[in-house]
Amino acid sequence: MGTGDAPLLSMRGIGKSFAGSVALDGASLAIGAGEVQGLIGQNGAGKSTLIKILTGVYVRDSGSVEFEARPLSVASPREAQAAGISTIYQELTLVPLRSVTENVTLGYEPRTRLGTIDWRAAHARTREILTGFGIEVDVRAPLGESSTAIQQLVAIARAVSLEARLVIMDEPTSSLDEREVSLLFSVVRRLKASGTSVLYVSHFLDELFAICDRVTVMRDGATVADHAIRECSKSSLIAEMLGRDVGEIESAGMTELGGATVETGDLVFEATGVATSRRLGHLDLAVRGGEIVGLGGLLGSGRTEAARAVFGADPLSSGTLVFAGRDRPPRTPAEAIAAGIGFLTEDRKAEGIVPHMSVRENLTLALLPALTKAGRIRRADERELVERFIASLGIKTSGMDQPIRELSGGNQQKVLLARWLAIHPKLLILDEPTRGVDVGAKFEIQAIIREHVERGVGVLLISSEFEELVEGADHIVVMQDGVSVGRMSNPGITEERLVAAIAHSGAVDAVEPVRGTA
Amino acid sequence: MSAVVPGAADGRRSRGGLAWRSRLARHGTLIALVALLLVNVLFTPNFLHLQTLFVNISQVATIAIVAVGMTLVIATGGIDLSVGAVMALAGALAPPIFGSDFAVAHPALGLVAAIGLPLLVAMACGAFNGVMISVLRVQPIIATLILFISGRGIAQVLTNGNLQTFSNPAFSYLGTGRVFGLPFQGWLALGIAAAAFWVVTRTIHGRHLLAVGGNERAAELSGVPVRRVKIGVYMVCAFLSGIAGLVVVAINSASDAARNGQLMELDAIAAAVVGGALLQGGRAPVFGALLGAVIIQLVKYTLLANGIEDEVALIAKAAIIVAAVALQQGRRE
Repeated sequence: MGTGDAPLLSMRGIGKSFAGSVALDGASLAIGAGEVQGLIGQNGAGKSTLIKILTGVYVRDSGSVEFEARPLSVASPREAQAAGISTIYQELTLVPLRSVTENVTLGYEPRTRLGTIDWRAAHARTREILTGFGIEVDVRAPLGESSTAIQQLVAIARAVSLEARLVIMDEPTSSLDEREVSLLFSVVRRLKASGTSVLYVSHFLDELFAICDRVTVMRDGATVADHAIRECSKSSLIAEMLGRDVGEIESAGMTELGGATVETGDLVFEATGVATSRRLGHLDLAVRGGEIVGLGGLLGSGRTEAARAVFGADPLSSGTLVFAGRDRPPRTPAEAIAAGIGFLTEDRKAEGIVPHMSVRENLTLALLPALTKAGRIRRADERELVERFIASLGIKTSGMDQPIRELSGGNQQKVLLARWLAIHPKLLILDEPTRGVDVGAKFEIQAIIREHVERGVGVLLISSEFEELVEGADHIVVMQDGVSVGRMSNPGITEERLVAAIAHSGAVDAVEPVRGTA
Repeated sequence: MSAVVPGAADGRRSRGGLAWRSRLARHGTLIALVALLLVNVLFTPNFLHLQTLFVNISQVATIAIVAVGMTLVIATGGIDLSVGAVMALAGALAPPIFGSDFAVAHPALGLVAAIGLPLLVAMACGAFNGVMISVLRVQPIIATLILFISGRGIAQVLTNGNLQTFSNPAFSYLGTGRVFGLPFQGWLALGIAAAAFWVVTRTIHGRHLLAVGGNERAAELSGVPVRRVKIGVYMVCAFLSGIAGLVVVAINSASDAARNGQLMELDAIAAAVVGGALLQGGRAPVFGALLGAVIIQLVKYTLLANGIEDEVALIAKAAIIVAAVALQQGRRE
């Protein structure tokens, strides 16, 4: 605790096991008053278990927790909240159909003398907090009409109105665009200025450097480091999370996507002037076998919409889409799959996994028509194929019949990747393939992608992580407002040039016209 | 430390409680069945007679047949309120067909038509439900409410609201025949459940069904023909309801459009839920539905045989559903 005062929160020697398997052993966490503390670690390092112990969801097996210099013992999230600890969850726990005010004051509404709700005071209080954050919204309007970012800030406003001393933010930016992220950061700074502490959990290391004072690193259920953020570098943090050597990380590059393009194959597909009714105005794009074409752009610039159009998930309103060896483009995902296109979606939970189904059933979902004879699934073949993918992709599962929801994020993502590799794709569309997975799994997934590119698969890569695009892509097509504005080619792409191209339509010098296809 | 100890003890106790609850949840249906049988053996007069078995089998068969269809619909995250009305409609169509001059002249063809045409009409009802739900995107509970209300109305209009009695031994075999000494419709229900189980666990159609119920968007993006699956499942459910409707008519040798299949939607949903179906979809425990149907039937029979009124039986049925849902909550943890 840089301040030298007694910390606001001090968790020491925390241990917790579930049914015999150790989740935490020797975990600790200290947060100073008015500090923003980052918390990082791979999936399975024990971050969420530690937070759940702090917020009363789980009971610890050993260790001590002190909050405001007194032993803390809470048995439920509500008790934690009463003690001054509020949590902003990844999945928001608000009521979208009720007004902003109602969401902020729910359960703690100001009362009039008659015992009815004092709406005037409630609205005024809500407006005051949100204005303090620099946000102007109609507090009487249903919350659901606001963007995700505003909803997240309303959740924070609720924490503030409950006079939280510590606000826990678990991956708060995973669904925000950059403008919204900077709004969130300004709110975090205001919280800090008013003396509220923040525990900030994120996979995005860049964010930690932007917002945190200190950072705690966890690995295998234990706390391995606690630094002031200014003493750290990105590669030193990655090294600590993985338990590797810093030099090893730095020499290997930041991703596993890079590699010399051997020889690009034939054209897989070419889109010319493609538009859909879904915020895609004009897309010019071509992918060849054995190359990675990146789609660069901000959130909402039309990257996912471009992917959906190519995959036949959205009907084209104009333009032409030509696939090698087909006389017309696929009009449904089923046709796209039959044509050898795979689409790893961005939102693993909503559009990827079928949670009730097993690893095996999830893995073969897209391949199923090819695995059946007269409607009957050839089960021996299915099991053999799944066995092969589990081994070759290193999927950690207790068996192919384990429900996929029980796997970690990184392993779920590998299963979904295998779902598409199994169809022997000619074109793989990967929308944020490494989002929300831990660093180890990320490298493995990147290596798998690279391996298949070298075997001649064409890849269309969407990623918000610039390193992936800069190191991995042979070409990057830059999107702005639903329009592909230009194309850059490697070698020669740097993060600076990419950022410039994405941010300014004026920076065309970094960009060659799209139709100059190699 | 003293603050820690009681909390830790609590943790242990609740873990023990969870294990007990999950064990109960997994075998709750079977335990309930055994308990019901025991109560009957002890208190219901003549329960261990063959006649009692026959009565129960012939009555449970229709519930079971419809419950299998309902389970498949629920597995897609849907619900079908129109099953009872479709039973009435199919049942009302059969007697006029085999009573027609054509059927009198050609008994065999007439019998085929008397069974086939009502089932085709039933499937058309299912197609209507499926299209409303998958193409027009009406919520299943509203979409199937349309036929729930109008289906029985159409059946009554067709029969002028009269009870139609008939005598046709070949057709009545559906409801009164015996195979290996047991009622024909019991075998029919078993066969249907076995076929449904095979489709669900062994074929691409079953996998697609569960994928649509488990995560519709993911299924669609993995190439599952979501619309076709949904229309298909409502057609299958209506087809099975149609069979049940014909069985009821055959049992009674009479078609009563006002009563055939009345409240069947509730029995079928209850049987499916008791059998372990999740209302949000993604699971299709077909044999569970069979077990659920047996439990619903046994409760009805127990109360009836012990002289308890029908109204009370309804309350008991509700209690079973509540218990099943409570167990499901336990299972999720």
